[in-house]
Amino acid sequence: MSFPWAKHYEPKFALTKWVDERLPLPRLVYNAVGAGYPVPRNLNYFWNFGVLAGAALAAQIVTGIVLAMHYAANGGVAFDSVEHIMRDVNAGWFMRYAHANGASMFFIVVYIHIFRGLYYGSYKAPREMVWLLGVVIFLLMMATAFMGYVLPWGQMSFWGAQVITGFFSAIPIVGDTIRVWLLGGYAPDDAALNRFFSLHYLLPFVIAGVIVLHIWALHIPGSNNPTGVDVKGEQDTVPFHPYYTAKDGFGLGIFLLIFAFMIFFQPNYLGHPDNYIPANPLATPAHIVPEWYFWPFYAILRSFTSDFILPAKLWGVLAMFGSIVLLFFLPWLDSSPVRSTNYRPVYRTFFWVLVADVLVLGWCGGSPADPLYIVLAQICAAYYFAHFLVILPIVSRMERPRPLPNSITEAVLAKKGGTSPSETAVSGSPLAAE
Amino acid sequence: MIRWISAVIGAGIVAVLGWSLLWTIVGVAGDSSAKTWTGAPASAEHYVHAQRPLLNAELPSEGLFGKYDLRQLQRGFQVYKEVCAACHSIRLVAFRDLKQLGYDDGQVKAIAQGWQIEQPSVNPDTGEVATRKNLPSDHFPLVFANDVAARAANNNAVPPDLSLMTKARHEGPDYVYSLVGHGYVNQPADLLAKFPDAKTPKGLHYNQYFANLNIAMPPPLTQDGQVQYLDGTKPTVDQMAKDVAAFLTWTAEPNLDTRHGAGFAVLGFLLVFCFLAYGAYQNVWRNMKH
Repeated sequence: MSFPWAKHYEPKFALTKWVDERLPLPRLVYNAVGAGYPVPRNLNYFWNFGVLAGAALAAQIVTGIVLAMHYAANGGVAFDSVEHIMRDVNAGWFMRYAHANGASMFFIVVYIHIFRGLYYGSYKAPREMVWLLGVVIFLLMMATAFMGYVLPWGQMSFWGAQVITGFFSAIPIVGDTIRVWLLGGYAPDDAALNRFFSLHYLLPFVIAGVIVLHIWALHIPGSNNPTGVDVKGEQDTVPFHPYYTAKDGFGLGIFLLIFAFMIFFQPNYLGHPDNYIPANPLATPAHIVPEWYFWPFYAILRSFTSDFILPAKLWGVLAMFGSIVLLFFLPWLDSSPVRSTNYRPVYRTFFWVLVADVLVLGWCGGSPADPLYIVLAQICAAYYFAHFLVILPIVSRMERPRPLPNSITEAVLAKKGGTSPSETAVSGSPLAAE
Repeated sequence: MIRWISAVIGAGIVAVLGWSLLWTIVGVAGDSSAKTWTGAPASAEHYVHAQRPLLNAELPSEGLFGKYDLRQLQRGFQVYKEVCAACHSIRLVAFRDLKQLGYDDGQVKAIAQGWQIEQPSVNPDTGEVATRKNLPSDHFPLVFANDVAARAANNNAVPPDLSLMTKARHEGPDYVYSLVGHGYVNQPADLLAKFPDAKTPKGLHYNQYFANLNIAMPPPLTQDGQVQYLDGTKPTVDQMAKDVAAFLTWTAEPNLDTRHGAGFAVLGFLLVFCFLAYGAYQNVWRNMKH
């Protein structure tokens, strides 16, 4: 594993020894999330969110499998089969509310996880592959969530499917053919509903597979930490178990507390009332809005209102996908050798502007398409692209970072009232020299 | 190299967005109509809805400690049965579900048997289409066989199924209460002065809480005492509207009481779990500075 001082798995009993010699699965788990994985000792609570995302996926898979036992993917009965689950299946209301709100919990946790990675430079060398796989997981999550939202076959399900698959018709020449091929018809109907159900059941397991790769890639260099400074020796790390299993246990408790509050007391707060109206291809809802976790991207899509060589719709679709695709290039756009934004005074300002920018984009995306929101979204969308494609590459070249601590342990001890890191640090960036 | 390419792409996207922004601003600036930045008071319905927010039905099922008042649900069911059921179905609800309102098996059976509209069936001897009396296991039957029949009987409007109505509208219970209890008023003169096109068309009814202000449904609750309550509650229009809103809250969310009860148990359990987990966390880390 990553560090020479990592503890080694030693089976204590005859049985575990026998298993280890034939299938070293306990050894794998021990090295992945057990005492065999040394982790920086200074991780803050933002490092809980990877485990929480895994927990959210597990909850979605368990509730989803139960729901699939009672759901029927056919336009004629889908809506009623969901209501059958809500009314007649034992604890069906709990399963459905847990699944619907679980999607939101999964996204909020993953968004915090992504912004943690952005702030602490977790996408930089040598963790580029971890980041790339993470973006793949995010894309898979979006596809899964979209198709899942179609399944209850309410008004917003149907019209959401209509709008999202309509993106493909923006492609010149072959667009309409592709759209019809994807839907299996000219409008969302049984064929689309059935394939969405099939894929909605498949993709979570693909996500689980990519998560295995994500964690595998993470374990090669080991976890990043709030200073962004590399682990220098054994004193900088603690074994994952029991130190971080204990901390994650507490984090998981808080996560479940919020999750349970949503399920039992505000189960429909994040949903849209129109989805309690059965799908009707002849009646368009007044405002078609996606789920909240798509709002920033929806705002980017709607920001392109004027044709400019290409049709506005095509620009919108390209920009919306581009806003995620550009994340694949992030490790190479940011050339600063300093990982943690704590030591990057200029970028730090831009980072928080980006956070505010994405929140405003989300607000615009969830609002009706009135001029005020369109103009706001246009300004914010412009900043989003400028931030990643122009500002970040320039800042990472020009910026003079603050002195880094020499080691994680030094940073920890300084924080606990010892010497301040600036007194003992090498000026400039020690990372670059390594 | 990648930074040059990204800078060009970035500048390009910003330029296209700037182009769109320019035309959005030109469009708003050049618009001589009353349309403002938020588009709000441009229409009669925005104007009215901004002035008349939904009234609070003050249902006991609201809030964290919300719990259904079974007597109110029974009154609401009576209003539904005697007034709404003439046109509106609650097809997702079964007669057996009424036991949750406090009716016993015999009463549920009697309600099902006496329900005016019968269940579609087949004649067991001839196989011909027929109807039979409702059983407790049946769902409430549809009022109209299909949308065409519904339109034919209702001045070209389809009375929606009410099973999920309170979940299918924003602030559903308050919406139902406001709409049927306090929505039907004379169209205000200042509204017509401001929006001459907003005059309610013939055959529709002005309702200040309806989305587009003109509803096909005639006023369902017209006078106090329209329904005779068995429990002695005074059947004012306001009271009947509240009760039917409560009943429709139950048809949309029959498991609310169970959900709230289980919720407190789960939150209590998780609070204890968090407390213990935090203790375990502190205990494990007690000798490790971090």
